[in-house]
Amino acid sequence: MGDALLEIEALEAGYGEVKVLWGISLAAPRGKLTTIVGANGAGKTTTLRAAVGTITPWAGRVTFDGEDVTRLPAHAKAARGLVMVPEGRQLFGDMSVEENLEMGAFSKRAARSFSGRLEQVFALFPRLDERRRQKAGTLSGGEQQMLAIGRGLMSDPQILIIDELSLGLAPVVVHQLFGTLKTLKEGGLTILLVEQNVHLAFAVSDYAYVVAEGRIFTDGTPAKLAVMPEIRRAYLGV
Amino acid sequence: MTALLELDGLTKSFGGVRAVDGLSFTLAEGEILGLIGPNGAGKSTLFNLINGVFAPDAGRVMFRGIDITGEAPYRVARSGLARTHQIVQPLADMTVLENCTVGACFGRESLALGAARDAALEAAVLVGLDDRLAVPASQLTIAGKKRLELARALAARPALLLLDEVLAGLNPAEVDYMIGVIRRIRERGITILMIEHLMQAIMSLSDRIVVLNSGQKLAEGLPAEVANNPAVIEAYLGDPSLAAELHGGS
Repeated sequence: MGDALLEIEALEAGYGEVKVLWGISLAAPRGKLTTIVGANGAGKTTTLRAAVGTITPWAGRVTFDGEDVTRLPAHAKAARGLVMVPEGRQLFGDMSVEENLEMGAFSKRAARSFSGRLEQVFALFPRLDERRRQKAGTLSGGEQQMLAIGRGLMSDPQILIIDELSLGLAPVVVHQLFGTLKTLKEGGLTILLVEQNVHLAFAVSDYAYVVAEGRIFTDGTPAKLAVMPEIRRAYLGV
Repeated sequence: MTALLELDGLTKSFGGVRAVDGLSFTLAEGEILGLIGPNGAGKSTLFNLINGVFAPDAGRVMFRGIDITGEAPYRVARSGLARTHQIVQPLADMTVLENCTVGACFGRESLALGAARDAALEAAVLVGLDDRLAVPASQLTIAGKKRLELARALAARPALLLLDEVLAGLNPAEVDYMIGVIRRIRERGITILMIEHLMQAIMSLSDRIVVLNSGQKLAEGLPAEVANNPAVIEAYLGDPSLAAELHGGS
């Protein structure tokens, strides 16, 4: 794991009194697409939240680009390029497409490269360019997901963490978004993806982790994992 | 085997969403039935329909041969049906014994205070809280609160117990302990309907499994049958055709 951009070690976290993560360790190597799969309630989203700092880890360590960032607040991590596209998109519904993208470039670092990045996002998602003055809340589900990714890209990420890319989207849109991920990866971006559709996740990723009951159940390359009956066991217990 | 609980065509919508959609199954006396399914499948809503928190839009709940559809929760509790909640709901300022006593007072036998204390004590012993009887509920650990939630329901001396994720948030040793408690409860002749996300636990505890997806019954059968059912695997792992298309298209 010498070239891990993001490394999570023995991470524990939860909500209130309830512990959800019981010691998660994983790494996202530079320039690679890493996925986390697992059943509902397994701890995927909690892992991402603890990594980016929207919740505080109870124990364990998060290292980003060689720096221990475990206790840094989310905005400080975002300013370093550790950026999450949250589940359910969390857009500013009453703001326009363009204003949402501006919100992504909030940090000083991202603000410097604003216009270049805006062009890049519009080139990646021409639909957003067509609708730049439209309110985000009036976009289709697929367009909203494009905007959420676009807003993430506006933050000048070193790593883009995406929670549930395909959830609730039509197959044609899913197809397009996964194509976009491929383009981004080829451009050198490191990606960490949580995806509920295991088949999709394995089709695009370089390496995958299977989470069950707050722990890493198994991990490996998709080719290795795809044939393992353990995947079913992680989800269904038998 | 006689059916203790019979659900027939239960349906409940919230806004435009059918949370529970034409659901039917039966629960035999003495059985442990596991209810699984992705988040949002309608599992907790189903519990709320059975014990009267919500009245269904359509369908019927028969308990011990009596129609209890839409009865108020306190009346359902009196008829011998107790439940626990996913988010524990202790009476925080009252002690462990007092919490259980409340359960006994409003349970099947409508016990007077003295007899209710006996039932409460018995329930506390069964879940292993007998050394914490005088402790205020607020001071218990999460594992302790989970046990209390169960003990309070048990103190009502129910014929049927609905368990909503009693294992969630427990560490492995606590999970093992709780599995033992659930087995002991069943040995006492109490029928159990349980929702659980810890798959290994629910698959080993349950006699039968019902899988819910989008408010409907996706599968029903023995644990091993259900885990090998292609429709169930697809509900959990996702539609394989999307990935095939991705490979084909790229």
